[in-house]
Amino acid sequence: MASALINVPARAKRGEIIEVKTLISHPMETGYRRTQLGAAIPRDIIRLFVCAYNGTEVFRAELHPAIAANPFIVFSTVATESGTLAFHWTGDNGFSATESAAIAVD
Amino acid sequence: MLSVRRLGAAVGAVALAASVFAAEIPRAERRSGYHFMSPQTRAMQDDDTANPGMLWVLEGESLWNRKIGAAGRACADCHGDARASMKGVAARHPSFDAAQGRPVNLEQRINRCRIDRQKAPPLAYESRDLLALTAYVARQSRGLPIDLAIDSRAQPFLDAGGATFRRRQGQLNLACNQCHDDNWGRRLAGNVIPQAHPTGYPLYRLEWQSLGSLQRRLRNCLAGIRAEPYEYGAPELVELELYLMWRARGMTIEAPAVRP
Repeated sequence: MASALINVPARAKRGEIIEVKTLISHPMETGYRRTQLGAAIPRDIIRLFVCAYNGTEVFRAELHPAIAANPFIVFSTVATESGTLAFHWTGDNGFSATESAAIAVD
Repeated sequence: MLSVRRLGAAVGAVALAASVFAAEIPRAERRSGYHFMSPQTRAMQDDDTANPGMLWVLEGESLWNRKIGAAGRACADCHGDARASMKGVAARHPSFDAAQGRPVNLEQRINRCRIDRQKAPPLAYESRDLLALTAYVARQSRGLPIDLAIDSRAQPFLDAGGATFRRRQGQLNLACNQCHDDNWGRRLAGNVIPQAHPTGYPLYRLEWQSLGSLQRRLRNCLAGIRAEPYEYGAPELVELELYLMWRARGMTIEAPAVRP
């Protein structure tokens, strides 16, 4: 279960700065909490988020335990050419999620 | 003579103040919790790609179309496209269920359908699947006014809910209306006291880092006044939900809302 919401403008002018919003469903369990019986709850977080624009990495973020559940990551990039923005989240327990969005640049 | 008159005036003023405080919020002064939020939190709710509640809506949509239970039926097999068939449903709940002889909330209605039509086990309160389905159904009522049908069968439950709302409980000996009717807009430990209109449930609370139902919120509030919270699905909670929705009648559904 990994659902994500992506917001990339469908069209942009060449050279325009565009805003990219990503939201992914993830508990981001810190690893510092305990159950009511005192057992440690193991850490389960997203460690890395990468965005590639037509294969070129344009944004990368390392995530840490203090980041809230369902991380919302917003960044900007320059619209250079028509193509695809590919998003990749990886984390603990083999977590891996991929999404992509198309953009038309004129 | 003068002092007696002055005393009389003072008593009159106290009585007047008491009657003013005991009143409901006038219709023109009712505000959704949205009104009391920061611009940042509002922006989060307004943008469907920033609103984390939409993650549950997305999941609810896939559950809506999944065949389950011994009957092997999906919600969509009977109800079709939820965008049409579920429009306004959340704005009418809790609603009176003739078979059970009492009002049921949206979560209970969904579970009733699972048991009776899909022959599937009911989903637990606050489970991810039940929240997702409820969020998906409630989303279809966004922008519609709350419109409960209160007939003679539902009236006693509405009255009971109102009585619970005004009954002092817990170690702090507080009733819901003492904060939410009499002191809304003022601060309680740094937080603005909202008017308690359930316009956006199930909603994403930043404090929870999750979506949650109105009953979860009510149980939080009860724990806050150091009362023993009613169990999920308890008649008292459904009656309270019914009263709160009736109190917010005509206000617009925002589900899934975001709250601090």
